[in-house]
Amino acid sequence: MTEKVIANASPLDSQERIGVYVCHCGTNIAGVVDVVQVAEWAAKQLKHRGVVIAREYKFMCSSLGQELIEKDIKELGLNRVIVAACSPHLHEKTFRTACANAGLNPFLCEMVSIREQVSWVHTDKAAATAKAKAVISGGVERVRHHVPLEPIVVPINPATMVVGGGIAGIQSALEIADAGFHVYLVEREPSIGGHMAQFDKTFPTLDCAACILTPKMVSVGSHPNITLLTWSEVEKVDGYVGNFTVTVRKKARKIDEELCTGCGICQEKCPRKIIDDVYEAGLGYRKAVYTPFPQAVPNRPVIDVPNCTYYEKGTCKACEIFCAPKAIRFDQQDEILTLEVGNIILATGYDLFDARRVTNYGYGRLPNVFTSLEIERLTNAAGPTNGNIVLRDGKTAPKSVGIVHCVGSRDRNFNNYCSVICCMQSLKFAHLVHERTGATVYNFYIDMRTAFKDYDEFYQRVMEEGTLFVRGKVAEVTNVPRYETEKGKLIIQVEDTLVGKQRRIPVDMVILSTGLEPRKDSKEIAKTFGISCSVNGWFIEKHPKLDPIATMTEGIFIAGCAQGPKDIPSSVAQGAAAAARVLGRIEQKQMALEPVRASVIEEKCSGCRICNGLCPFNAITFHEDRMVTEINPALCQGCGTCVAACPAGAITGTGFSNDQIMAQIEGLMMLNVDQEPVAA
Amino acid sequence: MSDYLLYPGCSMETGARAYYDSLKAISEPLGLNLKEIDDWNCCGATEYFGIRLTPAYALIARNLALAFNQSNGTRSVVAPCSACYLNLEKADYYMREQPKLGRMVNEALATGNLSYVPGSLEIRHLLDVIIYDIGLDVIEKNVVRPLTGLRIAPYLGCMVPRPDYDHRWSDHEYPVELDLLLKALGAEVIDYPLKTECCGGHMTQISPETAFEMIRRLIATADEREADAMVTVCPMCQLNIDGYQGETNRFFGTKYHMPILFFTQLMGLAFGIEPKELGFGLELVSAKNVLDAIGVQAPPETPPAPPRRPRKPEGLPMPAPLINENNIKKALKKEVTK
Repeated sequence: MTEKVIANASPLDSQERIGVYVCHCGTNIAGVVDVVQVAEWAAKQLKHRGVVIAREYKFMCSSLGQELIEKDIKELGLNRVIVAACSPHLHEKTFRTACANAGLNPFLCEMVSIREQVSWVHTDKAAATAKAKAVISGGVERVRHHVPLEPIVVPINPATMVVGGGIAGIQSALEIADAGFHVYLVEREPSIGGHMAQFDKTFPTLDCAACILTPKMVSVGSHPNITLLTWSEVEKVDGYVGNFTVTVRKKARKIDEELCTGCGICQEKCPRKIIDDVYEAGLGYRKAVYTPFPQAVPNRPVIDVPNCTYYEKGTCKACEIFCAPKAIRFDQQDEILTLEVGNIILATGYDLFDARRVTNYGYGRLPNVFTSLEIERLTNAAGPTNGNIVLRDGKTAPKSVGIVHCVGSRDRNFNNYCSVICCMQSLKFAHLVHERTGATVYNFYIDMRTAFKDYDEFYQRVMEEGTLFVRGKVAEVTNVPRYETEKGKLIIQVEDTLVGKQRRIPVDMVILSTGLEPRKDSKEIAKTFGISCSVNGWFIEKHPKLDPIATMTEGIFIAGCAQGPKDIPSSVAQGAAAAARVLGRIEQKQMALEPVRASVIEEKCSGCRICNGLCPFNAITFHEDRMVTEINPALCQGCGTCVAACPAGAITGTGFSNDQIMAQIEGLMMLNVDQEPVAA
Repeated sequence: MSDYLLYPGCSMETGARAYYDSLKAISEPLGLNLKEIDDWNCCGATEYFGIRLTPAYALIARNLALAFNQSNGTRSVVAPCSACYLNLEKADYYMREQPKLGRMVNEALATGNLSYVPGSLEIRHLLDVIIYDIGLDVIEKNVVRPLTGLRIAPYLGCMVPRPDYDHRWSDHEYPVELDLLLKALGAEVIDYPLKTECCGGHMTQISPETAFEMIRRLIATADEREADAMVTVCPMCQLNIDGYQGETNRFFGTKYHMPILFFTQLMGLAFGIEPKELGFGLELVSAKNVLDAIGVQAPPETPPAPPRRPRKPEGLPMPAPLINENNIKKALKKEVTK
């Protein structure tokens, strides 16, 4: 390593040899911050604080930019690097790798954000440039206190847990299991299949949902690498990436699954008939002992305890009497399972928007107003009407049908977001209703959104079939007629925005194309798994464009509608993508974790236990005998909560020590207090 | 005893005297202590807003300022009239939302040595107070003469539920508070889809034909559904449907006879108070049929025993109502927090 360019050696002659690299980020930074001036200033004014070289470059993250840093490390003997560019979220890894390539410990590289925290949030160029200098000054002071660190390497348990047995979860589970690794698939309902199992046809090809879904369900049920846990819920998640310990409550089915043959005699003989709110969307009935549908996987019934006569009155036992293999277990208790897995995929799906909340559309009050899920059941050959589309009386076919789009979506009273699937779903209903009843079908839409492959072609096909399209948000659905022709009908009051007129359109049946909402308990689920969700309740991905599968918590992935509304192809794609990510992890067998960890200086710890309850990762243990607290470095995620909370200053965070933070603040203040080295 | 400041408004003393009389009559059994605001003035109804906003708001704010000065341990102002309720609420809300308006209004008030800090009072409609503060259980306890067999169309009009500045109602398009109250009195409440439609307001003065059609729709829909009477919370609605029913009938050649009463009158009736004290007889479309229905009421028969086995349900099941007697408070609270 040659040491030739020491003409500008620092007056302090300190051992730190710091390189400062200021990025233009095209015009992202250079448009607001005078980067050339900042670099010149750093080279001159920070010389006495150990800065050996300062450079600016168009795109520091490009290979040429990285080579620049590597070359300087080698030729100038830099032992600290400051990159003033974007947020560490984006490129910390890039620059650390570059440092490592040049033989420098990657943790001696510090990023200073002058894009997210300077150029993107300021418009005054002079002030922004001054602020960029200040944060660089802070970074320089901080990096001097950096010490070389070694990453923590943890093994990856090859088993994976998939939560949610809808189409996304099924896809994930099958991909991983087919690759030869074990999967625990946890489903809350008695059967896997999710919402897709309720549908009749799928857009835009109109292939039968059951025909394409049930083979996959059967594969899951019989796969040697899949442990299927239906009628089960995750209660607790401990541990960290590669080494999660998950507590699962396997609710009592009241059936011995080993003995049961799935013959169905118990369902046939059960005298209790209950409205099925889940699978039949409230339109059909099931028994108190039931499998949700004939193709259920596993084909094992559950007893609905709150509705079972035996648990109410102590008599009945019709199912037990007729069960040939004697599989009924009235005294069966919930089972708690503790499972060790390396990665978790959350595919918990969505709930349908409650259409009763839009009172002006009359759902729940006007009998012939239906929700989309109800229509899915009505059109389904295995549904309560054997696929006949009829009014609420159960027999009359409608002669005219109005389909209302965007119910509960794109509406500031309910949800602002677009539910994605409703336009295509409405077109599908229009086609099915037209095909099966010959009725006149109206679609009331705000905008038609038929993006993606073959979707718009389907829209054109439905238009050609004679479906009528009215552009306007429906104001009201009423059964109060004003004219003779409206008597006995449901009247849809709408402003036709293409004609510019108010219209009243009498129909026999109204279908509300209800939007999708996050699961009612999505916030609790997010808390259980330690991930975050949006204000609405959708799970938040690591990056909205570049990492839509991972979350900010290592080892937890999301797929399907839990992340946001999406159609079946996208759910399947996400399910498969999540599986691919997990498989990549498993193949690595181990994983390097950020060495950013908290540790306790025992001599300073007073044993006050303030930090004990604060740790979100359960990494803190208290030693009663010595009256000191200890942090398990494998469990610690380096969040810093305990560091900030400790009144004695006994806890330090690697990379975030008090010295480092104080030095950074001092660096920031140097410019403002002394007024001394402000721009040349 | 719950204490409230009462803003009666002009109509309670004139056209809607039945409303005021019946309100006074039911206050005691309900434990409702209403203290009338001293020296209150007209709220300006809907007219002044069309001309100049500041004086219109100042006219209303004077009442708020007086109410605040006279408030003794209570922050709640109760208005039984929809227009008064809406105007008080509106003034309070817009003085909060638009500080400039608030300053100008207070400048105007200062000439009378008054001032009002928006948000310092809680503006409530009478129905809101009766449902959410007093509660259906207290009402049920007071019923000694259930209105069994009486078919009622609940009619709120447009000004009470909309715009709902402080999220007081279960819904803006189809609130269920009045329905639940009438059910608690033992009446049979019909599904009245026009419950929040406009009665025509002052359209009777400007374009009577328009108003007649609006009134006809309301009466015809109640009549088709075989209601014995309509019940309202609004003096304007009562005036239009009662006072213009004859003209509407003449205009369309119809023969509707649809009495319209204030909900407080029916509450009094169910509480066993004499009809005369409740302002019965002041209406133009006689409500004698309502009284007859209660008066000739045979002692309630024991209801027939329910069939041992529920009949096989016909057709497809309907979803349960979102808001009912049991969850009305909870459901509303949830909505608000959303």
